[in-house]
Amino acid sequence: MPWRRLTITLAIIGPILALLAFGFTRDAKYIKSPLLAKPATPFTVTLYDGKKLSLEDLRGRAVFLNFWASWCLPCREEARDLEAAWQKVKDRNMVFLGVALQDTDKNSIAFLKEFNITYPNGRDETGKIGVDYGTWGIPESFFIDPQGRITYKHVGGIRAALVISKLEDAAKGIVSAQEGRGDYQGVK
Amino acid sequence: MTAAIGHTSILLAFFAALVGVASPLIAARFEPERFRAVARYSIFGQFALVTLAAGALIYGLVSTDFSIKYVAFNTTRATPFYYRVTGLWGALEGSLLLWEWILIIFAGIVAWVYRNRHHEMMPWVVMIFSMVSVFFLGVIAFLSNPFEIVSPIPLDGRGLNPLLEDANMMTHPPLLYTGFVGLTVPYAFAMAALIVGKLDEAWITTTRRWTIIAWFFLTAGNLVGAWWSYHVLGWGGYWAWDPVENAAFMPWLPATAFLHSVQVQERRRMLKAWNLSLIIIAFSLTIFGTFLTRSGIISSIHAFSSGPVGAFFLGFLAFILLGSFGLLAYRADLLKEQPELDSMVSRESAFLLNNIVLVSALFTIFLGTIFPLISEAVAGVQVSVGAPYFNSVTVPLFLFLVFLMGVGPMIAWRRASWDNLKRNFLWPAAASLLFALALFAWKVQDFLPLLGFTLFAFVVLSIFFDTALALRARKRIAGEGILRGLITLARRNQRRYGGLVVHLGVVLIMMGIAGSMTYSSEKDATLAVKESLDIGNYRVQFEGLKGTQQPTHFRVEGSFRLFHNGNDEGVVSPALKFFPSQQSPIGRAVHQSSLSEDIYLILSGFSEVDRNHATLKVLVRPLVVWMWIGGFVIMFGTLICIWPMKKADVVEP
Repeated sequence: MPWRRLTITLAIIGPILALLAFGFTRDAKYIKSPLLAKPATPFTVTLYDGKKLSLEDLRGRAVFLNFWASWCLPCREEARDLEAAWQKVKDRNMVFLGVALQDTDKNSIAFLKEFNITYPNGRDETGKIGVDYGTWGIPESFFIDPQGRITYKHVGGIRAALVISKLEDAAKGIVSAQEGRGDYQGVK
Repeated sequence: MTAAIGHTSILLAFFAALVGVASPLIAARFEPERFRAVARYSIFGQFALVTLAAGALIYGLVSTDFSIKYVAFNTTRATPFYYRVTGLWGALEGSLLLWEWILIIFAGIVAWVYRNRHHEMMPWVVMIFSMVSVFFLGVIAFLSNPFEIVSPIPLDGRGLNPLLEDANMMTHPPLLYTGFVGLTVPYAFAMAALIVGKLDEAWITTTRRWTIIAWFFLTAGNLVGAWWSYHVLGWGGYWAWDPVENAAFMPWLPATAFLHSVQVQERRRMLKAWNLSLIIIAFSLTIFGTFLTRSGIISSIHAFSSGPVGAFFLGFLAFILLGSFGLLAYRADLLKEQPELDSMVSRESAFLLNNIVLVSALFTIFLGTIFPLISEAVAGVQVSVGAPYFNSVTVPLFLFLVFLMGVGPMIAWRRASWDNLKRNFLWPAAASLLFALALFAWKVQDFLPLLGFTLFAFVVLSIFFDTALALRARKRIAGEGILRGLITLARRNQRRYGGLVVHLGVVLIMMGIAGSMTYSSEKDATLAVKESLDIGNYRVQFEGLKGTQQPTHFRVEGSFRLFHNGNDEGVVSPALKFFPSQQSPIGRAVHQSSLSEDIYLILSGFSEVDRNHATLKVLVRPLVVWMWIGGFVIMFGTLICIWPMKKADVVEP
């Protein structure tokens, strides 16, 4: 029995099998966002009331940035929660901004009216803002601190309590360790 | 009723397989001849039962028996007949049954053909087959049962994944599975040879045809997969180095190495342990591939839903690897050999280099495929390894392999003399250099493509040159013309000329890959009706959109008129298919092929509101069609290799 050869073979096969077994302990499909703690990409959006708003204007305040569309079902489900959260924090140094992706103005404005949304909303005309933030489903929500860093990303529908708690973290500059998940719809 | 028949057959087959494993072991202990025959009968029994089970599932699919959960999940009432049949391999449970069915067909044929030969080895060959069968039948019977019943019976099924509703679904999986499973034959004989201690060339000569056939199906399965990707998926590519694509390609590499290195063992009695290791690795990689698709440990577009099946596959893989290499180590004393290489410039060393290149390619592709796991395990960092890595490591290796294809078949055994080198290679080498100069002057000025095309020319020229010399000899000796001469040459040395034709086919495929990898161009544009886009020698003019309701989906087609060098080539219609169960539409690209290039059109989007804008992506991909032509050439070459000939005609050096 050539023990040396056998040992070498085992030394090669063993770690490979162990590695494959390790594979079972995590979810291969989960992708971590590289955006956390990174500076939020600046952009300018034309609001539905005609004014232009850029991210730099909001420096010094905690920002809740929400990507949505009128045809997205989870966006409809979270809309009332978002407006309720806005009402609670609008007198603090925080701002909400909604950006509509792949939508028509007519449908977006109707959506905003249906849910009585009062915080600023605009359309991503070229699709570049969505691409810059790596959106691959909607709704996606980003929390940005007063220095312009992304502190938290939530893919999917989000509840009012989480919005407020994460905004408070953002105001203090606390970066979350991980992204969050809710119901979402894929973007074309 | 159907489900009951199917499930019972599987259970009975499982027990028959257990008998098939036990009886040679009992026979070895107690010696009665009776037990050896039992092993064979267990294979025949398994064959009958598994065929019955597969038949039951196909019947359930075709008759849309929605009481069977698998049928309900993979067909609908509207699904056409042929897609109901392909539903057999459309999802995890059924695909395992297909694998087992093909396995038992191979086992049955082997058990029957050799029933009066190789008396010592056959019971063990059959035992190995039964062992693999026990595993697959066990998984099918107890872990992922295709005959599970659903109650209450749904009114309609969920349907096959729309991406799978394509003609290639009828060919790609069966071809690939046949290739995978076919490698079980040489593996079983190798293990039997080790168990029995008969380590001469008998197991190799017996399995030679089987290995070539399995290799052919593996090649064909991979090529049809590439064709499917190119023709249907609509990204203009044919290979993405996706983990499961790699898993299908990896067994091909040691199998190809094996087909070459066995020739060294046959003539020089060298490389015995190496050949055994190659076939163990090749077979293990087929199990690894099945494991990867079903375990969920690496994300891939091919992945089936994961379940507990993955862990069992890993266990089986461990058993195979440890058992086979353990057996190899146990018989090490029988595998000692003395012969050394006489010269670095010889056919032996060409084959050795061939093996080194192929195994290196295997190593780098394997490393790239499992690297995401390594990175997460060691550093906690998520990475994905894509085309840039794989292309940069495989291109130089495969170019060297092309060089070997040109040199190997013509160089002498043992030690090539200067005379031999001059005679065989002077003209082809000189002609290739002229060809390189011509290419350089024309258009090809980058190093890698120039090197690649020159090497392709070298291989083609050296094959033609060698064949021409042989034909001239036939003319002198027997007055045979070209066609008659070719037939005689092929009959007298099937393996050589079959191999040469296969090499030609491989070169054609690599030519297609080189052309499309290096010289493709693409353009996107959003066009209004009557607007056009120019790319290369083509003009593409948008004519309009059309929406139609199909049985299973809603189809939006964009009509585009193609102009090539000013000539109107007609209208092509790439489409987007909207399935009710899918959130995004599935694209249906179209392409027009010529020998020099393909033009490929993808409808990326359209304006839903005014219906007269379309977003189009156009790709021009040179030489792609040669990949498919090369595939047919390989098929022809393989047939030459394995065609049964009367012994008297065969003269092999």
